[in-house]
Amino acid sequence: MALSALFLMFFLLQHFAINITSVFSADIFNEISHFMGTNPLIQYVMQPILIFGVVFHFVMGFILELKNIRSRTVKYAKNNGGANSSWMSRNMIWSGLAILAFIILHFIDFWIPELNIKFVQGDMSGLLPDGEGYRYFEELQHKFVNPLRVGVYVIAFVFLALHLLHGFNSAFQSMGANNKYTKGLETFGKAYAILVPLGFVFIALFHHFNH
Amino acid sequence: MNLTLKIWRQKDANDKGRLVEYKVTDISEHMSFLEMMDVLNEQLINKGDEPVAFDHDCREGICGMCSMYINGEAHGPDKGVTTCQLHMRMFKDGDTIYIEPFRANAFPVVKDLVVDRSSFDRIQQAGGYISVNTSGNTQDANATPISKIAADQAMDAATCIGCGACVATCKNSSAMLFVSAKVSQYALLPQGQVEATDRVLNMVAQMDAEGFGNCTNTGACEVECPKGISLENIARMNREYMKASSQG
Repeated sequence: MALSALFLMFFLLQHFAINITSVFSADIFNEISHFMGTNPLIQYVMQPILIFGVVFHFVMGFILELKNIRSRTVKYAKNNGGANSSWMSRNMIWSGLAILAFIILHFIDFWIPELNIKFVQGDMSGLLPDGEGYRYFEELQHKFVNPLRVGVYVIAFVFLALHLLHGFNSAFQSMGANNKYTKGLETFGKAYAILVPLGFVFIALFHHFNH
Repeated sequence: MNLTLKIWRQKDANDKGRLVEYKVTDISEHMSFLEMMDVLNEQLINKGDEPVAFDHDCREGICGMCSMYINGEAHGPDKGVTTCQLHMRMFKDGDTIYIEPFRANAFPVVKDLVVDRSSFDRIQQAGGYISVNTSGNTQDANATPISKIAADQAMDAATCIGCGACVATCKNSSAMLFVSAKVSQYALLPQGQVEATDRVLNMVAQMDAEGFGNCTNTGACEVECPKGISLENIARMNREYMKASSQG
């Protein structure tokens, strides 16, 4: 669970680093997207590892939750969870489910059309239908025209931030990292958990107002 | 002060159990929580009713016997204390207080507020010890140099009284804080190294076999622990477990 979490947090950072280039330069974003979308190492090695990491994290999360629910079948009549733990730590399953719903939407939005173009239509060129430049930046902007979709993305990133606010340091604790660096790591974890989702929200809003 | 108590009553392990409301009057704020329970039980006995069964022994926060879940918190609203050290000054006149047993499938209710915590004993028996030859040639413990830091950390871990508040308060009923304290107190000392691999593997296996839940690092156990056992122990046990697993 913790290992897949660390892997996914690293992936998220890499995803953000690529997406933020779309704010500064359509050309750079297009070049990187084309490389990521056509490089055999990324497509046939890294992408399956990523899919496995995502599925593994969710499946393990569900198994963990079910086992934990079964360990206390008679609940307390009165339980004051807020007295000793954060809301985020007690509701990882709900923030996780919200993220899962978002990932399904994200796959429908980007991944499935990408697979369709490349492997069903067989067009690996990455070019627009008229052949005038790459299609990636235009596709990105097109997705963020609809305010409803932008709203859903923003809400999803709020859940992602809540999930990361507990998950970042929890992953390190599970891996046995609790020492003199833990305080610093907690601060870094909080910054990561807020700034990365906030960055994704910024990208979505930027393209919504600048398409 | 006058209080309304909603107390879990359960005839035996097979009874379904339910919350029963009681009124107690003229409770002094200087009383301990268990003394307040004693007053209630005297009232019940005088009326010919069955007194409320609850665990207690030393009544000074050492034995780890008292085990009530009070107003949604293990050992009540005060921090760093057991139920016997909780004072009625933590409550106000007219308050309604919920009193429930520690809840976990690994801690089945025996009667009313008494739970069976022998699962902790079985975890201890699985590896929470060191084997020492006591034939008369035992080496003086002080002959083994131990750093002050390691000695202090081992002592901190050893202060766990095994009350089970960590399990009761954890949303997953995880026993990781208890087990990690027992693993840590030996893992930090040279005397514990000989059996270190078997200890952590066997104790964790027993913990899982008892039906405790899994740790999700909410940190609630550390907050509610009457002895302030740190989450650092859980991280240490995780390291010990990974090391032991890699050694087979």
